[in-house]
Amino acid sequence: MMAAAEKVKVATMWLSGCSGCHMSFLDMDELLIDLAAKIQVVYSPIADVKVFPEKVDVTLIEGAVANDEQLELLKQARERTKVLISLGDCAVTGNVPALRNAWGNSARLALERAYIENADVNKQIPTDVPELLEKVRPLHEVVKVDYYIPGCPPSAGVITYVLTELLAGRVPNMEGKCKYG
Amino acid sequence: MSNSTVTLKIDGVEITVPEGTMILKAATDNGIRIPTLCALEGLSNSGGCRLCLVEIAGSPKLFAACITPVSSGMVVTTNSERLKEYRKMTVQLLLSERTHVCSVCVANDHCELQSLANELGVDHVMFERKWTDYKIDSTHDFLVIDRNRCILCTRCIRVCDEIEGAHTLDLKMRGKDTQVIMDLDNNWGVSCSCTSCRKCAKVCPVGAIYVEEEPLARTKHKEIAEFLLARRRR
Repeated sequence: MMAAAEKVKVATMWLSGCSGCHMSFLDMDELLIDLAAKIQVVYSPIADVKVFPEKVDVTLIEGAVANDEQLELLKQARERTKVLISLGDCAVTGNVPALRNAWGNSARLALERAYIENADVNKQIPTDVPELLEKVRPLHEVVKVDYYIPGCPPSAGVITYVLTELLAGRVPNMEGKCKYG
Repeated sequence: MSNSTVTLKIDGVEITVPEGTMILKAATDNGIRIPTLCALEGLSNSGGCRLCLVEIAGSPKLFAACITPVSSGMVVTTNSERLKEYRKMTVQLLLSERTHVCSVCVANDHCELQSLANELGVDHVMFERKWTDYKIDSTHDFLVIDRNRCILCTRCIRVCDEIEGAHTLDLKMRGKDTQVIMDLDNNWGVSCSCTSCRKCAKVCPVGAIYVEEEPLARTKHKEIAEFLLARRRR
């Protein structure tokens, strides 16, 4: 446990995205073993931790901000993290979740489309779930973001590059590594 | 164009080109790459995308290399830190102006805007995006235009007018509301001037004009204008 205390504390978070960026993270394959020697995952959809911990070193966030719960989670993560990274196109641009931004009254229209127009049975808009925001936002429109890893999903190689550079205390140079889509 | 030549320096390299040559062509012909989106060999230059901005010693202004002719003794810089910053900003403005979502775009992996963003390291857009909702016109038998992806480079308009000779395409409105139209703003399917030659789709740098159900890798052929002009000269 003493060794773990010296490791860099890393959190990952999943907002409005498809989990593809997390899949890409896991796609680092055997490199994860090297990474595990240097980092400790303290919060993640793939770790059973309920509350975002204090004093996290690096947080990777997948997905755009689309509802009020995600907004709160993101703000909390920002307060408790030194380095916050937008992971993937949804977090960086809004991407597919933000396509509804082209409509006025988009939150209502999106719900009607999903739960009434396209539903076969029990046509009703759920009320016991987080409220959708009027516009879906990329992370940096809500909180300060330190680094960006675009891609849908970003390749395991790019995620590895950024994490390796940051762990070595260098600033990643994203020229030639920003493949949107 | 006269027969006399002009000698200038581009990025420290001494270059001699015919008088009247544009800086962009002088650079490109000598192996110096300047990023562009609207310029295309074989078409007239429009100077619209502003990505080819360069510095000329002695002037605080920036110049679009595609429409600025060379002059004797000119000292041109094509890739300073300042220019890099402006180019990144230009790409961000283009990305923010319409609904550019690479992951669901027909041009994903074959898009000049996407590859330029990558090359320049545009890892996010600092401006709030304007999510447009222009109606897609798919009334033509096989050509489709999605104005939400258009960057208004006008390559399609120029190739239609200057190479095909039809001038089906043109622009309406101004500023951010500018749109490419067919004839007098009709649906493409009822255009009486369109020859269905596909040149517009071949030169479109993004996924705004494409051929239905055809892989974009097959459609895109931006050398078409230069190729046809060379044939006509023979």
